Amino acid sequence: MGILNNSPALPVLILLPAAILIPLAGLVRERLAYHLAVLSTGLAAAVSALNLAKVLEGGAIHYWLGGWFPPIGIEYVLDHLSAFIVLVVNVIAFLVILHSRVLVAREIPAPGKHVPYYAVALLMLCGFNGILVTGDFFNLYVWLEISSLALYGLVAVGGKKSAVAAFRYLIMGTIGASFYLIGLAFLFTSTGTLNMADMKAVFPHIAGQPAAAVGLVLMVVGFGLKMALFPLHGWLPDAYTQAPSSSSALIAPVGTKVAAYVLFRLLFFVFVPEEAGRGLPVAQAVGWLSAAGIIFGSVMAIAQKEMKRMLAYSSIAQIGYIGLGIGLANSFGFIGAVLHVMNHAVMKALLFLTAGHFRMRLGHSRIPELDETARRRMPWTTAAFSVGALSMVGLPPAVGFFSKWYLALGTIDRSNWIFLGVILASSLLNAVYFFRVIERLYLVKSGPKDGESESAVSEAPASMLLPVLLLAAAIIVLGLLNAFVVKGVLQAAVPPGMT
Amino acid sequence: MSEFLLGHYGYWLVFVLMALGLYGMVVKRNLVKKLIGMAVLQVAIIMFYVSTAVKWEATIPILDPALGASDPARYISPLQHCLMLTAIVVGVATSGVGYALVVTIWNRYKTLDEGELLERMKDDGDSE
Amino acid sequence: MTMSPFAPILVSLAAAVLILASGRRANLREAWTLAAAAAKFLLVLALLPPALAGRPAEAVLFELSPGVRFALRADALGVSFALLSSGLWILTSVYSIGYMRGLKEHKQTRYFASFAVCLSSAVGIALSANLLTFIVFYEILTIATYPLVIHKEAPAAVRAGRKYLAYTLTAGVVLIAAAAIVWRAAGSLEFTAGGIGGLAGAGAGTIKALFVLFLAGVGVKASVMPLHGWLPTAMIAPTPVSALLHAVAVVKAGVFGALRVVGFVFGPRLMADHGLNMVLAVFAGATIVLASLLAFKQDNLKRRLAYSTVGHLSYIVLGAALLAPTAYAGAVLHMAFHATMKITLFFCAGAIYVRLHRENISQLDGVGRIMPWTMGAFALGAVGLAGLPPLDGFISKWYLGLGAAEAGRTAAILLLVGSGLLNAGYFFPILQRAFFRPAKEKVEGKGDASPLLVVPLAATAALSLILGLWPDLGARFMTLAKTAAAAVFGGGP
Repeated sequence: MGILNNSPALPVLILLPAAILIPLAGLVRERLAYHLAVLSTGLAAAVSALNLAKVLEGGAIHYWLGGWFPPIGIEYVLDHLSAFIVLVVNVIAFLVILHSRVLVAREIPAPGKHVPYYAVALLMLCGFNGILVTGDFFNLYVWLEISSLALYGLVAVGGKKSAVAAFRYLIMGTIGASFYLIGLAFLFTSTGTLNMADMKAVFPHIAGQPAAAVGLVLMVVGFGLKMALFPLHGWLPDAYTQAPSSSSALIAPVGTKVAAYVLFRLLFFVFVPEEAGRGLPVAQAVGWLSAAGIIFGSVMAIAQKEMKRMLAYSSIAQIGYIGLGIGLANSFGFIGAVLHVMNHAVMKALLFLTAGHFRMRLGHSRIPELDETARRRMPWTTAAFSVGALSMVGLPPAVGFFSKWYLALGTIDRSNWIFLGVILASSLLNAVYFFRVIERLYLVKSGPKDGESESAVSEAPASMLLPVLLLAAAIIVLGLLNAFVVKGVLQAAVPPGMT
Repeated sequence: MSEFLLGHYGYWLVFVLMALGLYGMVVKRNLVKKLIGMAVLQVAIIMFYVSTAVKWEATIPILDPALGASDPARYISPLQHCLMLTAIVVGVATSGVGYALVVTIWNRYKTLDEGELLERMKDDGDSE
Repeated sequence: MTMSPFAPILVSLAAAVLILASGRRANLREAWTLAAAAAKFLLVLALLPPALAGRPAEAVLFELSPGVRFALRADALGVSFALLSSGLWILTSVYSIGYMRGLKEHKQTRYFASFAVCLSSAVGIALSANLLTFIVFYEILTIATYPLVIHKEAPAAVRAGRKYLAYTLTAGVVLIAAAAIVWRAAGSLEFTAGGIGGLAGAGAGTIKALFVLFLAGVGVKASVMPLHGWLPTAMIAPTPVSALLHAVAVVKAGVFGALRVVGFVFGPRLMADHGLNMVLAVFAGATIVLASLLAFKQDNLKRRLAYSTVGHLSYIVLGAALLAPTAYAGAVLHMAFHATMKITLFFCAGAIYVRLHRENISQLDGVGRIMPWTMGAFALGAVGLAGLPPLDGFISKWYLGLGAAEAGRTAAILLLVGSGLLNAGYFFPILQRAFFRPAKEKVEGKGDASPLLVVPLAATAALSLILGLWPDLGARFMTLAKTAAAAVFGGGP
């Protein structure tokens, strides 16, 4: 007994009160908001680590809200998959929040505005945690909307155009959520339950009913939109570009991954992989759209002049890797996709944070205007950016290589040579758009007239550098040690029945 | 066939409403009209859920001594209604955020027309 | 207790960190390079006895992917390549210091640090026990070489860097695909002398597709035509880079990969069964002839040397493709011996550039009299590359020829003889200009280049001569080559 028995709910129970307390703390002293946010995300990350350890030891943990047992009550479940992704989300969030103090003070200059910023950020994280742990489809919708509304807010506090980007995101996001809700209505009326485990048990009896099929498709479309699955990605580039850098760094690494998690849950756990793969080619459709998205996102990224927009298009491509793994619907594809959730979260957090450094110190992050100044005056930031970029290209021993490796193994098991070609070609496209930036940072001489402005540029402060360097180190360490993650966690997370 | 069409007329109505809402959100150029479309869509979904709980010759799920507890078919499932209470709250919150953004956009650009908005945003260059 | 094969890799990685940390103090920085080079060579040397005794030193760190370990094994073939690259690194380091200081080059810290990382990965490639470990080091080598290629930072250098990356990164992903297919088809990525057992069960189509992928994957670094395009372009790098990386470490990593693939992934039996050796031999043979012909056209000395390298690398590939033990041994020998000669020639080209700022062959009239030591060494190297005794180039070529005879490939013997003539044809005019034509312009100052440049190049020339007379001296290259060949062909082809 004791508090640890509530452990699946603990991250939510830490973040939600913190989100409410922050405005109150802000009344006392503004600085407290930041400290409270760091404290609560740190605590949530620590609890998630303990939870994962517990799951690895004793299997899935179930928690019944209010003591009502499912399917009557709402159930929270931590299994290998959700415990792993919860840990990834909370650790990345902790590092980004830790990093955010200087950047938020600078990008949201209005007095008193960063107190609500932290409150909203924690609300969003709380929503993500809720989506990840809940075992109930309607509860998932509620958490989805909580996180989404907070997300729109985080985007809207950016520059002048950010409100428009946020509005578009709101319209598209609501359409996605509505599709999910309609789909759920179909499934609910066919199965009579909202509990995931219960629905899995009932589903074989109603398999083949058109209502269930329509419901599944609608839910996948809804979350495809949320995860920016090609061609439903339209909202993403503007939202990521116009949001303040610390928001982008918080949203981009984890936001779309949470949506991808729901697809894992839906296609491989509630519905058996066989049915997700054969009865209706839903998973395959996700796979093929993702393959198209990988190429589209990479090509668009090459065309961008603004670093954040380039990273946004790159995110569309990287989400494609996860979708491609879903489409493979075999164990290597699944492992590759889930591993990429972690890998891409680490890489994208690092890249968006360093883009924030450039914006803060150089005043812009436009690629054609970058030059050696950045490398000379901000050597650590530039080095960290390069590590992230090389990992995105997929060079071993960085993490980026290994998700591609497992996905490649998955494509071979399916004899899907087109997917294999897409994975490999995208490495090269990534190389094109990242080396373009690296080349500028290291090789382009700064003009003579910039001499004066150059001396004004300096390395980012230690509070920003520390999280970035930690992430850069994680890219190498997690890459070398990926087999521990794969063997320890992911192989146990592979859905039953998947080969 | 006609039975399929007529027998589900409630659903057809809901689907028409959904289509209308989606049309408003995607096609209409005025931002407020988009939000109105959103409200229509949300209401349609709510009606869809509630309509699945409709049951003739049954009553609210509070134990009625006259009906007893032996026949659950005499009671209506309360779950859909409860779910939709939550959905209404979510919908109101979403509209709130949406209108707040519309006000901000109006203050910054003095227009709510998407086309004009794009024109005026072009002058700003990329984000700062 | 034998030496861990990880030690020589770590020593130069550590050196790279120390070099970066002491960037402002040039003498300390260079001291790290020299110390690491010496330590590395000794550490590799410690791996030699166990390799010769047939009990190669092994080390396993952890799994890189479930079932595939991050593992090293210092077998005869690997030690041969590791000795070669680490040994020549000592001389190149001395030469680099003289060259970089002589030209007052910029960003020397980046240069020396990248060099150290390159050497780490070259030795890592040499000692990798399986394909995935090999790929990790192979890609690190690709990236670590990039800063050296673009060192000048001029537009031409940046373009060369892009071309280099385009070629090598493409090769890298192709190699990754090949490794993934091998893993699923054979259930193992361990380099096994005579071929990975499980691969024999794969279908003919899979084997052929794999072969094409491998050929493209290692063929770029081995600059087998038509994948050689990056090498002449990359000659824009500083000369010590061309010398060690584009004659020894990087390109040899490619041919080393070819030797590994032929002997330790497919194995001679599988190669012969599917007729893959003929494909490889045709590509190699065509490259030998075409590269030699193209070398004639080059006026830039380094570019001529680059085309010569392209040709000689294909000798090694050809040796592997002949599928005869003696030819394989000859290929391993040529990997080492070509390095000693070609590095001499590049050192000479660099010395001429530092002393006289001349890059083109047409400007070399009378240089032999100004720089007698340098051009003397150049003459030795050129004679060796033409395959004449008593230099080591003769020995390795002799074994290649014997192997061709053993395999009954008369065409290959003719090819080797013809290519020797072509080599003579494009090298001797240089010597003729340098020694027998009067100087056109007056040269300031007197004497040869600085001793920091001349001593290394004289040393490598002497090495070529010594290895030509006693091929098994010191590093035991001859025994290593024979041991490697015996391992691969143990059961007979």
